[in-house]
Amino acid sequence: MVISINDKNIKKLIEKGERLDDRELDEFRELNIEPNFIHETADGSAMIELGDTKMVVGISTDLDSPYPDAPDSGMLITNVELTPMAAPHYEPGPPGDEATEIARVVDRGIRESGVIDLSDLVIEEGESCYAVFIDVHVLDYDGNLMDAASIGAAVALLLGRLPVLDEDGNLDRDNYKDLPINGLPVTLTGSKIGSKLVYDTTADEEDVRDTRLTATVKEDGKVVNMQKGEPGTLDSEEVVEIIETIREKSEYFRKRIREAVEGA
Amino acid sequence: MPQKQKEGLLKDGKRIDGRKPTEFRDVNMEVGVLKSPDGSALVEIGNTRIIAAVKGPKELHPRHLQEPDKAVLQAKYRMAPFSVDDRMSPKPSRRSREISLVTKRALEPIVKLEKFPQLAINVYIEVLEADASTRVTGITAASLALADAGIPMNGLVQACAVGKLEEEMVLDVAGEEDAYGKADIPVAMINGSKDEITLLQMDGDITPEDVEEGLELAERGNKKLFEMQKDALREAHSGGDN
Repeated sequence: MVISINDKNIKKLIEKGERLDDRELDEFRELNIEPNFIHETADGSAMIELGDTKMVVGISTDLDSPYPDAPDSGMLITNVELTPMAAPHYEPGPPGDEATEIARVVDRGIRESGVIDLSDLVIEEGESCYAVFIDVHVLDYDGNLMDAASIGAAVALLLGRLPVLDEDGNLDRDNYKDLPINGLPVTLTGSKIGSKLVYDTTADEEDVRDTRLTATVKEDGKVVNMQKGEPGTLDSEEVVEIIETIREKSEYFRKRIREAVEGA
Repeated sequence: MPQKQKEGLLKDGKRIDGRKPTEFRDVNMEVGVLKSPDGSALVEIGNTRIIAAVKGPKELHPRHLQEPDKAVLQAKYRMAPFSVDDRMSPKPSRRSREISLVTKRALEPIVKLEKFPQLAINVYIEVLEADASTRVTGITAASLALADAGIPMNGLVQACAVGKLEEEMVLDVAGEEDAYGKADIPVAMINGSKDEITLLQMDGDITPEDVEEGLELAERGNKKLFEMQKDALREAHSGGDN
């Protein structure tokens, strides 16, 4: 990648505590949540806009059999598609490293926080269970896909539904029950650019960032998931500072997610 | 399709969703809905909701695909996993491949490809929610996205699907009409005129007279879509010279 004048400016500004779009270093862009964006076909959905980043998250459900080594667990599968329209450098094809990492981190945030108790998805132990798919469809990329995807997944899950079984044991897509949900974890990311910690990075900022740390915090403030990405390094004080900031910020996003779900 | 027809799709001149045979569902078009691609558009027809985007003209790789005297139009149609009741695998399918091909063929006649030798113009279609008529709605959206991207064109393409329920031809096939009707005929035209048909497919069991009537009906639908396309472009590019 060619280092443009823009890249140098971004770094210089951030050293001075400023950003190209005039935000504070820890300030997020405007978040817009449209719950139930998919009217009929999804079993829970949301359209998320975070600045110019835009994505649709949709839940699908199916019948499956538990894995032999986990007969008392249903299935949760998270998948991220970076559609080719979302960025100039995205090409058609199977998910690459970037999409896979986002999917794994979003998935872990949900799994480790116990927001879905997988045993609640079991229909008959060792025989049949629900499979819940969370599909993140990125339509427009301007940075911070991780946080936007996590927020979208949380909204979609809270709106989630499971088709009940009919007499023959098939999914009855005219009758639903709520997806059982416990708590609301929030996953956010802090980035390091030069010597500064920055939040909600744009695509241009991500081009010049040195490293990042994503963490999931539960309502009780406990951390259930961390992921450090990119080549650079963090010292332990920076790790603690990022987690503290994420804990503070998570309350605002938890509130926004709940409001969106209640208003749906 | 004829093997699994269903009765009652047309009762007392009304369809299952209450529409008259020649009535379109609610249509909404928005141009310039995405920031990253060069052009984009959202088209909603009832619960069918599709985003199309255009990238280009840009360099075409691998080079052996380049045409010395014109640009290559590439189209990719895909369905989001949550766009149908039973989750759709994101892997490419034979169906999406064929639809991508007929979409490309439907759009090529309007694009002035000769303006951009050796380059590529990429059209991407993402079906977010499907309630029948997705390939035609994708084409309508793609044409808008091409215009939004400022690609030189000879006109706009728009498309709708006509079908046959009981003994009657109907406009804008939706829901169960697609799976259980007597025919599904997607038709794309240039500038809403049946003199320039750029896509025509059919599966079903109908007479040549039905075909003729179906094309008349499709022209009615496409004329309406053409007007809406122009309005949507005017709205997005107001202040411009159109």
